[in-house]
Parts: sequence; structure tokens; C-alpha cells
Amino acid sequence: MADVIEVGAARGDAPPPAANAARRASAGRTGRATPYLFLAPYLVLFGVFGLLPIVLGLWLSVHQWDFQLPNRPFVGLDNYKELFSSDSAVYGDWWQSVRATAIFTVLSVPLLVVVPLGLAMLLNRSFPGRTFFRAIYFAPYVLGVAVIGLLWRFLLDANLGLVNRLLGVVGLPSDTPWVTNMPWAWISLVGVTVWWTSGFNAVIYLAGLQDISPELYEAARMDGANAWQRFRNVTLPGLRPVLLFVITTTVLASANMFGQSFLITQGAPGTETRTVVWFIVEEGLRNNNAGKAAAMSIVFALMLAVVSIANFRLFRYKED
Amino acid sequence: MTTPTPTTGGSASGPRRVVFYATLVALTLIFLTPLVWMVITSLKTYTAAQEIPPSWLPNPVAGYGYEQILNNSANPVLRWFLNSMVAATLHSLLVLVTASMAAYSLARLRFRGRGVTFALIVGTLFIPPTSLIIPNFLIVDQLNWIDTLAVVVVPGAASAFGVFFLRQFFLSLPNELEEAATLDGANQWQIFYKVVLPLSKPALATLAVLSFLTNWNDFLWPIFVLFSPDQLTLPPGLGLLQGSYVTDYPVIMAGAVLASLPVLILFVLAQRHIIQGVSRSGLKG
Repeated sequence: MADVIEVGAARGDAPPPAANAARRASAGRTGRATPYLFLAPYLVLFGVFGLLPIVLGLWLSVHQWDFQLPNRPFVGLDNYKELFSSDSAVYGDWWQSVRATAIFTVLSVPLLVVVPLGLAMLLNRSFPGRTFFRAIYFAPYVLGVAVIGLLWRFLLDANLGLVNRLLGVVGLPSDTPWVTNMPWAWISLVGVTVWWTSGFNAVIYLAGLQDISPELYEAARMDGANAWQRFRNVTLPGLRPVLLFVITTTVLASANMFGQSFLITQGAPGTETRTVVWFIVEEGLRNNNAGKAAAMSIVFALMLAVVSIANFRLFRYKED
Repeated sequence: MTTPTPTTGGSASGPRRVVFYATLVALTLIFLTPLVWMVITSLKTYTAAQEIPPSWLPNPVAGYGYEQILNNSANPVLRWFLNSMVAATLHSLLVLVTASMAAYSLARLRFRGRGVTFALIVGTLFIPPTSLIIPNFLIVDQLNWIDTLAVVVVPGAASAFGVFFLRQFFLSLPNELEEAATLDGANQWQIFYKVVLPLSKPALATLAVLSFLTNWNDFLWPIFVLFSPDQLTLPPGLGLLQGSYVTDYPVIMAGAVLASLPVLILFVLAQRHIIQGVSRSGLKG
């Protein structure tokens, strides 16, 4: 508000009411194009890189589209059918990648929902150093997947890595093949992801926890509720919208995992940890099957939509 | 975010306090040790880093890893660093300009089609960006942007996040702002530029920092649209570095340190903005 007063004061020469009304009318007239002019630069970007790809993706998915071939014939739903018929060339690899993605999502999401909640509860009180610890726990998240991928590939190296070295120091087996064998490869990918992104969800939880009125806790305490009961009956219900947000976004993030397995396990063992996103870009951009890859993208987006809606239903239900 | 509310066990007694701080310190070790190890290894010689088991400290402290990445024509790491810096800065500016203008229009102006436009923009928040990679590749290919700076600067700015984020903020500003400024004869551009933007500095700073981080760290897109060693940004460059040095960890870790430093420094300086941006994105849910 102070700024407005300054604007007025700075002008100093307020026009007489009549001129003022005229000006407003003219502002109204030129104003008709103004909202669109404000929108225009973003809408150009949004149209070309936000909407066009959706249309183009649908169009690609019904063509046999090879970057290197001049002929890109219309093939109807063949690209889709191939994903579901076991005698096609992509069937095995495609479902393998779906399986890998499902395994990673199922293993990582519970930890990525619970561990950050623990961190947030720990930090949700006033104590000296609170901001410092919050920053430390969040820090890995600001690093890119390229950095954390190279770093953990090294830390998890069976011979030269720090993880096996530390395990050896405390007397545990120090020759675990973390990135090359099962089940270690999944444990590594999930563990690294928890280390990398827990701080992010924790910060979201913290904001949610601080919106819960302290009086509710006070009332529960007066009613003789113990710590667990207060968590169960005050914290969790208060966090429900935040929890729904965290679960939905975390499921999507885990299902879109790419960099960790690309860099840390490099798909090993075999192609067991190759995820859907990886397989799609491999098929579309390395093997030039853009049509098939576009069909996979759409099937994948639909799968994610179904999972998200299911999530929503599940948690909305609990509210009643 | 800034006013902590003591909700659980605020008045901890002696032993409980010890357990509490011990937990905090243990967690700190878990989150920080990998980063410390990255720095330690980057300061080792090749032979020292090949020892089994690895030594705890670099002895002698060696500049080997950094020398390798600084004088290396096949892996021009400094060039990648510069490319990343330019790309992330330009991207961040592009997002600020386009998203703030669009958000202003959607939040404070009335026009035909506003509801539909906003619904369309927000609707794309629900489409996983990864599922648009193949068609987007085709588009930048048609534009002849492959292997240029534009390909890592521009397409990401179509994200709906910035518009959504700033619109929320602009909606929270009082309506009297426009009324008073209009009475003073200001037009919409002046109101936007001289009244709304200055009042929105915290939100703009948050968006700028988050856009910079996202672009600096992007990996999936640049590894497919940048090819020439001179054109790479750091994330695909680090992949190349790993390909040429395999288990020469001091060199690879020196590259990782170089890629981490700017964002860690940015995090320290803009911690409040980053954390507020993240927590606000959760509250909309």
C-alpha cells in the first residue's frame, strides 16, 4: 500500500475528475488487447512446447515414424497393439521396463512418505540450530541427478566404495555388489533416492505441521492423550491434504525415475533396472522409433493418470 | 515457516535432549558424509584413490583431479560450466519475464477466455513432462535447435509452474492497488511494472532461484539434444567424463564438485527462498 501512496504523491498533479473518467474510459478501450498482450509471450512458448507436443505425440503414435526414413506411413493403432501382443519385438523390453518402474515405485514411495515425515516431526519444534539442520537435510536435493548419480556409483563401488568400507569397519560383510546384483541394485536405487529427496518432502510436511493449531495438541494433552495418540488423532488428520499432495507427487516422481538407474546401476543386472522413461527415450531417440515411443509415452501417461486418480479416491474416502 | 511452534515435547529434560541432538547429528552425518567424501576423493592422486580399502584422508593432498579437468580438450569441463551458467541464467530470466506477465494478466485483468486459458495451462501440470520428450525432440529438430544453446534454454520455460506460482502470489495482493494507480492515470503496463512487480520481489526471487536450479540440474533432456563436446552443459558433460575416466575417481569427483559448488552456494545464499518456494508448492495441494 505504501507504494501506491508514493505513486500518487510522486505524480502530485492528480487530473480533474472529468479528465480522469475520460482516461479511465480510454484505458478500458486499449485495455481490451492488453490482457492478451501480457499473455502472448508465454502463450507462444506454451503453444509450441506445451500444447503442440501433446497433439504431435498423438499423431506420431499412429505413424511408423523413423527419423532416418523419408516415408512415415500411417499405421493406425499398430504401435499400441505391439505393446500388448507378446510376439512383437518391443513387447518383452517394454513390459520389463514397466515392471522395473513398478518395483521401484512400490519400494520407494512408502519410504519417501514416511522418512521425511519423521524428519519433519523432529524439526517441528523450536531449538537452537533448527534452521541449520533443516538446511543440511535438504542440501542433497539441490544437487542434480548427474552429480548424485556419479557420486553414488562411486560410493557403492564394491571394491573402492565408501559404503563397503564403512560396513567393513563395523564388522559387516564388505563385499556387497551394490550396483550389479539383485536385490542389492534395487536397495541401492531406493536408498539413494531416499537420501537425495527426503529433505524435499520434509520441508513440505514442515509447512503442513506448522498449520496445525497448537491448541489442538494442548486439548489432546489435557484429555490425557499420549504421544502416539496425539500423532494419530491430531497430527495425521491435520496433515491429510499435505499427505495427499506428497503421496501423489512422490508416486509420479518415482514412476518417472530415470537418472539414478541410468547412472548408478546402468540398468544392471542385465536390463532389470531399466525404467519406462529410459526405455521410451532409448526406443524413440536412439533406435529412431519415434512412433512406437510416442505410443509408449501415451500408454505410460494413462497408467500414471489411473494411479493418481486411485490415490485421490483412496485418500478422499478416508476423510469420510 | 519462520516461526517454529513447539508442538511435541518442547520442554525436553536432560537425557531426552541428548538423544534428540544425537539423532540430529547422526542424520547430519548420513546426509553430509557422501558430499564430504566427494570433496576428499577429488583431492587424492590416482594411485591413492585406487587403494583397497580406500584411505580416509587424501595423503598427499593432490590437485591431480582438478588439473585433469581443467586441461582437457576432449572434456572441456570449464566450457560446460560456462554453458550451464549461461543457459540457467537465460532460462531463469525467460521464465521470470514470460511467467510474470502471463500471471499478471490471469490474476489481475479481466478478459474473455481467461478461465479457459488458465484451465488449459494448469491442466498441463498433470501431464508428466517425460511423456512429451519424443514430440518435443521433433519440434526442436524442426526448429534446427539441436545442439544449440536455445534447446536447453527455451522449451523448459513452457512449464506451467511459474505461471501458477506467480498467479497465486498476485491474487494475494489487495485490489486497491490497481484502483489507486488507475486514478493516478497509470496504465496496465505501468501498474504491472511499477506497482505489482516491486511488491512481488520475494516471489520473483523464489521463482528465479528454482528455475535456475532446475535448469542447472537438468539431465534427461540435454543428453539427447546436445552432442558436440563444446556445446554440452555440465550434467551431460559429467556423463561423458565418467565414460572417459571410468574408475579414475579423483577426476570424476572433481567434476562433480565443480557442478555442485554453484548450486550449493546458491542454496546457502537463497535458502529461505528455496525452502519457502518448496513448502508453498505443497500447501496448494
